[in-house]
Amino acid sequence: MTVKAWLLADTPRSRTQARLGQAYLGLAALVSNPLAVIGLIIIGLLVVVAVLAPSIATHDPYLQNLALRLKPPSAEFWLGTDALGRDIWSRIVYGSRLTLTIVCLVAVIVGPLGLAIGVIAGYAGGVTDRVLMRITDIFMAFPRLILALAFAAALGAGIENAVIAIAITAWPPYARLARAETLTRKGSDFIAAIRLQGASPLRVLIGHITPLCVSSVVVRLTLDMAGIILIAAGLGFLGLGARPPSPEWGAMVASGRDYLIDQWWVATMPGIAIFVVSLGFNLLGDGLRDVLDPKMR
Amino acid sequence: MSSPLLAIEGLNVSFETRKGLVRATRDVTWSMGREKIAIVGESGSGKSMSARAMLGLIQPPGRVEARRLEFDGIDLRGLRPKDWLAIRGRRISMVMQDPRYSLNPVMTVGRQIAEAYVIHHGATAAEARRRSLEMLSAVHIRDPERVFGAYPHEISGGMGQRVMIAMMLIPEPELLIADEPTSALDVTVQNQVLAIIDEMVTRRGMGLVFISHDLGLVSSFCDRVLIMYAGRVVEECAARDLHKASHPYTRGLLACQPRLGETTAELATLNRQAEWAR
Amino acid sequence: MITVDRLSVRFGSALAVREASFEVAKGESFGLVGESGSGKSTILRALTGLVDIAGGTMILDGEALGTKRSRRFHRVVQMVFQDPYGSLHPRHTIDRILSEPCAIHGLDRPEQRVLGALDDVGLGPSFRFRYPHQLSGGQRQRVAIARAIIAEPQILLLDEPTSALDVSIQAEVLNLLARLRRQRGLTYILVSHNLAVVAHMCERLAVMNRGEIVEQLTAADLHRREAGTEYTRLLMRASEGYDPALASL
Repeated sequence: MTVKAWLLADTPRSRTQARLGQAYLGLAALVSNPLAVIGLIIIGLLVVVAVLAPSIATHDPYLQNLALRLKPPSAEFWLGTDALGRDIWSRIVYGSRLTLTIVCLVAVIVGPLGLAIGVIAGYAGGVTDRVLMRITDIFMAFPRLILALAFAAALGAGIENAVIAIAITAWPPYARLARAETLTRKGSDFIAAIRLQGASPLRVLIGHITPLCVSSVVVRLTLDMAGIILIAAGLGFLGLGARPPSPEWGAMVASGRDYLIDQWWVATMPGIAIFVVSLGFNLLGDGLRDVLDPKMR
Repeated sequence: MSSPLLAIEGLNVSFETRKGLVRATRDVTWSMGREKIAIVGESGSGKSMSARAMLGLIQPPGRVEARRLEFDGIDLRGLRPKDWLAIRGRRISMVMQDPRYSLNPVMTVGRQIAEAYVIHHGATAAEARRRSLEMLSAVHIRDPERVFGAYPHEISGGMGQRVMIAMMLIPEPELLIADEPTSALDVTVQNQVLAIIDEMVTRRGMGLVFISHDLGLVSSFCDRVLIMYAGRVVEECAARDLHKASHPYTRGLLACQPRLGETTAELATLNRQAEWAR
Repeated sequence: MITVDRLSVRFGSALAVREASFEVAKGESFGLVGESGSGKSTILRALTGLVDIAGGTMILDGEALGTKRSRRFHRVVQMVFQDPYGSLHPRHTIDRILSEPCAIHGLDRPEQRVLGALDDVGLGPSFRFRYPHQLSGGQRQRVAIARAIIAEPQILLLDEPTSALDVSIQAEVLNLLARLRRQRGLTYILVSHNLAVVAHMCERLAVMNRGEIVEQLTAADLHRREAGTEYTRLLMRASEGYDPALASL
């Protein structure tokens, strides 16, 4: 029996086999969508580059050499050098670590926080719902970038503070999304059925309602990643994100703006990196939408 | 008999899906005059699909093929969208199962009926209103003025279905297709709605295609019955002779319903034979 | 076993159920018949605690039911819903759906129970790891029945269990329900709009109209067409098929 036949067996003999079979089908659905595959490859490359940064970079990203400042792309400096003579390729490679850190931290904070607040508000209803949703509204009412700016300014510039600032402004839409999803599912017969089995509210919430909200939150999160990277870059650009000399992509674009006409590569190369990674997350998000719904298989 | 109102020969409706070709109807052939004909079958038997095909409502990836598909001498195959406008809604109308989903929730009932009239007759608003109120009384709505100004959520299911019938009949079609028009209604209301359809059809000499899953209902309501199974017409008989049906599928369907006055420990179940679908 | 006394349920300003009283003995099958909005499903939901009551008492096994239902209640009373498409969790496999009751009540040998329940309702082990959307309406309703019986309850509340199914499938599901009752000595309360189904499945029934029980009679009365009220007679005639004489009533 081949592995594929085992995975796709009509009557799996154990839970593990059934689960692996489902995972295989999900992966197959993802792979059958060419755009999602491109997204997956981009994100995969980002991870590989971040992990292997020291071996991929051709120069020390912090090493300044004023004699070599603003060199155009060449065999020596693949993407040219910046105003301080640092190799842009190496800086982008190391910068991928920062980008990945920001993305992961924001996702880890925003997803569960928004999900928990939304699901609890939706399921509990009444006063709990009203209080939680008004708090959400307050955070939602602030312009996102301005609030992030205020936080970054108050807490001081730095990558951790940028992450906190972004996370604080990013969770409300997730809470609303999770709440809306919860409200539509709460009244359904299958929730009534599990309550009639004698399940506790916690069990209903965690085992039955949350899984229904997770996929839309994950999809939204993936689609929002592009925006988060851009905000992080924007904070960097305004000098409120990562501090120099760390090779944060937004800050790199900012430092290149003075030379945009004559030394276009200084701002353009990190800009392209931001663009490609944002695109990758967007494509992946669209693909995940299909994969996370068993009905689509 | 002169040329039939509707003639269908060798109708095949199929859908291309990821799992291969699904054939919703297979070689369906029947014709009708100005009579009440019923198409009966279980879900997935293709009864609704054949009605949709008659109205040109099958969307790609669905494919419709037929040797003959004629309404009053007009070949319905390959009709252009412009030509459909002159037929669909005007000469052939359709009443759907649940009025809650087929009425626009943000428009008053009256406006929706009047609009149907204006579109098909190009009348003035006042004229359309007068005709709509007439039509509402014709479907036995006691307080047409109130219903005319009501929104769909403000009226009951039975009332909504009468409104749908009024709306569908206002262009005075020659053929009415009713797809499970009373399945969402209570039995007592069902009778009233059927009586209205019956009256309209008989008085105006219209043809009626009545799609239903309820054998008992169609045998008492229609003239002729077609029984569909797995996309095929397996049996055709006069409605009053339905209890004498010969096909094992029809017999099985009749036998498996519980009935008042018959006490059995176990209901007969349908033993599906592969050759019925062939 | 179950006594419902002058039960009232209020939805907003309207009374959905008005002073309904009936008793169901152990092992009996009791039917509630009526048209939509008659309050028959609401009574079931009140019994299970899914809706709050406005008045009256409900007694199960000598114990009055309050606003909260105990875990023991859910081991004794289970319910099957009308819509087989809506009553199964769309993201759970059949295995998970059937394992939940075992986990909640801490039952031993959950795996055997799941397989046993699937077997009891006439579905083989091949269905175990499928998702609800891969099943037909009749198969889903069988899964819902399996879920209801897996914790070995004594009472099943059946809310229009076959009205969303084709007649041939309805016959199979009704036969299954009758067999389970015979084998396990279950007590049923069956809600339906279909007089013939109730007459076939129940020994006694109550006819409801606009929130009130208009009369109680036995299935034998119904089979002999001996009804005490005009409304029941109307319902009986209307369910026989199209009758133009009835439309003017």
